[in-house]
Amino acid sequence: MAAVSLDSAWTLSPSVALRPEPFGALAYHFGNRKLTFLKRPELVAVVRALGSHPDVRGALVASGVPEGQHAAYVAALSGLARTDMIRPAE
Amino acid sequence: MKLVEHFELGLDAPICLTWELTYACNLECAHCLSSSGRRDPRELSTEQCEAVIDELQRMQVFYVNIGGGEPTVRPDFWHLVEYAVAHDVGVKFSTNGVRLTPERARWLAASDYVDVQISLDGATAEVNDRVRGTGSYDTAITALRNLHEAGFGDAKLSVVCTRENIGQLDEFKAIADRFGATLRLTRLRPSGRGADVWDELHPLPEQQRELYDWLVAHGDGVLTGDSFFHLAAFGPEDGSGALPGLNLCGAGRVVCLIDPVGDVYACPFAIHDQFLAGNLLTDGGFREVWQESALFQELREPQTGGACSGCAHYDSCRGGCMAAKFFTGLPLDGPDPECVQGYGESALAGARTIPAVSQDHSRSEPSRNAPVLLTLSRRRPDAELTPPVSACAESPLAGFAPN
Repeated sequence: MAAVSLDSAWTLSPSVALRPEPFGALAYHFGNRKLTFLKRPELVAVVRALGSHPDVRGALVASGVPEGQHAAYVAALSGLARTDMIRPAE
Repeated sequence: MKLVEHFELGLDAPICLTWELTYACNLECAHCLSSSGRRDPRELSTEQCEAVIDELQRMQVFYVNIGGGEPTVRPDFWHLVEYAVAHDVGVKFSTNGVRLTPERARWLAASDYVDVQISLDGATAEVNDRVRGTGSYDTAITALRNLHEAGFGDAKLSVVCTRENIGQLDEFKAIADRFGATLRLTRLRPSGRGADVWDELHPLPEQQRELYDWLVAHGDGVLTGDSFFHLAAFGPEDGSGALPGLNLCGAGRVVCLIDPVGDVYACPFAIHDQFLAGNLLTDGGFREVWQESALFQELREPQTGGACSGCAHYDSCRGGCMAAKFFTGLPLDGPDPECVQGYGESALAGARTIPAVSQDHSRSEPSRNAPVLLTLSRRRPDAELTPPVSACAESPLAGFAPN
């Protein structure tokens, strides 16, 4: 499986829906029926931005995530990739 | 704020919604939590069910757990499943397997977004049929086989843990593995007809420990419906012994039940007037009931530990299950009847009144396959074997000497 890196392109899986919540969002995958809690509004913004940016770094910058936190966000996105919440962009 | 604190305050829509489509059932399980059997004439119509699904879609309730009664006996059941899936509401349904023919299994295998859960409460016919009724073991196994042979991936084998089947956990796992299914273990609640048999069927204290150890050993590989959070108190006081999942009572906060007539209850195990938030036909729809009902507002207020607040394990178990306390006549802010620190036993030994039932859809006449939990014996096992008093002593009390 492709690894999430700052230079790779990712997007929200077509089977996933996001429901906004005060803590961030619920992400539900209709295919594998996994429910995931996105526990920070910033992470929700990044996930939503992925599809409209050529790489992960672009989505992080556009969402206002400071560079010092980029590695932590790549780790969080890797977790989402493992359950197909996000997948490599075509 | 931690995620669990958000949950305690309640969300704008439930995460885990159970919807019982009918009180009708082909079985008469001794411990049925909804006292099912007969269809209620006020049951929601197909159109009313579709309107509920439309509203769930608007609220982004991503999936519902459909149950009953036996939901598949509704003639429009498969239509409603298709309708829900087409409206972005995934379905997991619980069934005893009665309608899961090879043909239906192939239909299910071909459709995404539908999950099937087969109920089985004994790993052998002997243990299962005693509580679920004659023939129900074979029905469930046949359904599992049909799903497996149709290529349906990852069905759930759902087991209510009782005194009689705790010793069969490995065998349940083996059955699930044989059919490519995932085992799901849940807690026996004294709800519905469960109140009648709870004393006799709920796991003994040493079995609770056995169950906890088994669950810890199997981790994420076994589902629990997050129903064993009262066992977390077996772990250290810091709460690190918690099992995977939501470790608090979600009733009215992230969990609720819609019953066959559209009544909305705080949780699937609390079908009682005391936990009735409203009706979605007469109180402005599901969203209105979920967000505005006085009962749910109250359940979302900070709870105190009550009698449990001095217990070092309170942060682990959060006082246990509201329904288990209510239906055994214990105060809601005291210990769970199965408190693993032993406070439940002393609470049960004190003065308490079991609440009267507020609905009962049990059949008026049991069928010939109905479970009978009585153990019949011809004489007291400790009585001496004595010959009849005399050949013509007709009195049924002849020779009877009360102690």
